[in-house]
Amino acid sequence: MKKLLIALMTTVAALSVVATAEAADKLKACWVYTGPIGDFGYSYQHDQGRLQVEKALGDKVETAYLENVSEGPDADRAFERLAREKCKIIFGTSFGFMDAEVKVAKKFPKVMFEHATGYKTGKNLGIYNARFYEGRYVLGQIAAKESKKGLAGYIVSFPIPEVVMGINSFILGAQSVNPDFKVKIVWVNSWFDPGKEADAAKALFDQGADIIVQHTDSTAALQVAEERKLHGFGQSSDMIKFAPNAQLTALTDEWGPYYISRVKAALDGTWKPDNVWLGIKDGAVKLAPFTNMPDDVKAMAEATTKKIAGGWNPFTGPVSKQDGTPWLKDGEVADDGTLLGMNFYVKGIDDKLPQ
Amino acid sequence: MDITINILLTIATAATPLLIAAIGELVVERSGVLNLGVEGMMIMGAVGGFGAGYLTGSPWIGLLAAIIVGALFSLLFAVMTLSLATNQVATGLSLTLLGLGLSGMIGTSFVGQPGVRLPNLDIPGLSSIPVVGKLIFGQDPVFYISIALTAAVMWFLFRTRTGLTLRSIGDSHTSAHALGIKVIRYRYLAVIFGGACAGLAGGHLSLVYTPQWVENMSAGRGWIALALVVFASWRPWRVLAGAYIFGAVWIGQLHAQAFGIPVPSQFLSSLPYLATIVVLVLISRNKRLTMMNTPASLGQPFVPDR
Repeated sequence: MKKLLIALMTTVAALSVVATAEAADKLKACWVYTGPIGDFGYSYQHDQGRLQVEKALGDKVETAYLENVSEGPDADRAFERLAREKCKIIFGTSFGFMDAEVKVAKKFPKVMFEHATGYKTGKNLGIYNARFYEGRYVLGQIAAKESKKGLAGYIVSFPIPEVVMGINSFILGAQSVNPDFKVKIVWVNSWFDPGKEADAAKALFDQGADIIVQHTDSTAALQVAEERKLHGFGQSSDMIKFAPNAQLTALTDEWGPYYISRVKAALDGTWKPDNVWLGIKDGAVKLAPFTNMPDDVKAMAEATTKKIAGGWNPFTGPVSKQDGTPWLKDGEVADDGTLLGMNFYVKGIDDKLPQ
Repeated sequence: MDITINILLTIATAATPLLIAAIGELVVERSGVLNLGVEGMMIMGAVGGFGAGYLTGSPWIGLLAAIIVGALFSLLFAVMTLSLATNQVATGLSLTLLGLGLSGMIGTSFVGQPGVRLPNLDIPGLSSIPVVGKLIFGQDPVFYISIALTAAVMWFLFRTRTGLTLRSIGDSHTSAHALGIKVIRYRYLAVIFGGACAGLAGGHLSLVYTPQWVENMSAGRGWIALALVVFASWRPWRVLAGAYIFGAVWIGQLHAQAFGIPVPSQFLSSLPYLATIVVLVLISRNKRLTMMNTPASLGQPFVPDR
């Protein structure tokens, strides 16, 4: 039943491709999102990037997008359709679109393809990603300063490297301030279910956490924090409007500058497939204004952000794995390959990583 | 002690939308109509409730709007299946798809806007009684509505003449028609009642549970409500039990994880579904009773022969 529904929905989504009037001299840039653009989270931020492209490049480009495209075989059709509709550059914004993009890119060698968060490239297929873990280190430091009980609640979706990397970076940040800092982790096995996220937040607060971190997309957890007069961090978008007294800062994605530079390159004819992993220094990962905290914590957070923007990596040794075996030697920096495949916890996390 | 009360409160909040939507659908199915559009009506109620609350600043107007939007949306289903005798399964499914899409379109400008929240009941003196005060006198208004609604539906279906008539239509619309009962009219009212309930459940989501609007925020709760009706073998009190068992295990597994119980989280996540199925299978193991409770003409279109 659910499969059938998803298939139906994709068809509906595919039929409702939003496109402006075609013009021969315009470059058509297209996006494929896995969620609805109204999620006020991941897909929403990508779409904000698309709108920035429209604004920056004006009538030199026209854009189109497909939303709610499920990962898997349906994605093939979505990309192929956009390629046939004369899209010159196509951005696939979800990890699960990887194989579909590889396949369709081979079929349409003249179309430029870009894939977010994946690892397969091609002659006309580039990849891009953002180092969200950099921001999570700062969140960890703030949490350790602001938590009275030394215990944070962490709501997470699925045990993929990106999420595990985030947890590890958070705890490293927290322990740099308070070596005894603890974190309780709840997996909700969903990217998007506001009700469940709220319930998880309540459970974590009830069990003694006084600060909440999330790697899920909705504002629900922060609203619970607001109600209970505790603190938390926004995710993907600045959620200060939902939690004016609870949000300490928010880890936001800024894809606009990257999209503008790539579409510009496509316009100039200088586009080449690339492999970039953008961080705080590139402006792709941004922390919303630091609020609801004393000045010294704010100063510390700002200093750390600056340090990371200057090229310092939160995964710099000495770091041990969860079981105590050494991972990074003093001063050693984790290489990108290890980070992108991260499937282990660092020391200080009590949770057992689901496999 | 505090933690137990908090857990109970969380369970009630999680169970309430399921209970309301399922009770509404139960009445619809008792009249012999299968409306698979619960998810769609729920999400329409959620966006309608949020929108009205956000624009007027009053969560009560929001809640009322959620009920009205749900009822109006179900009217579409009623006209299609009852007046035009279309296939109920197909029409219900398309109602869900339409609701998910339409709500997203209507809600575009509400995304990222903080809405209004329906305040919890607060009776001076009573709500601050230790232990029971918060549980009995300090919950959100929709919680009380859901309990009252369940009691009312039980009384209506099994203690009133109209309820008996409604059930007889569900069992055999041709016989009821032959007796001169206005089958279509009854079914219209039942479907609209179901829509209003689903709308109210949606309003609970966007005005109480998580006061915000985002696309797909019902996240499958309409389907769970539908399943609850079947597993509860069309008995209101079992729907109540089912919704609360589901809620309890749902919240329990989150607590188990936070507590650090070394069980795979994927298994814990599936527990609410498993537990609800097991319990409801156990309480409905009497085959004859179950057969008796199943509306015999469920899902069959009815075209009166002049």
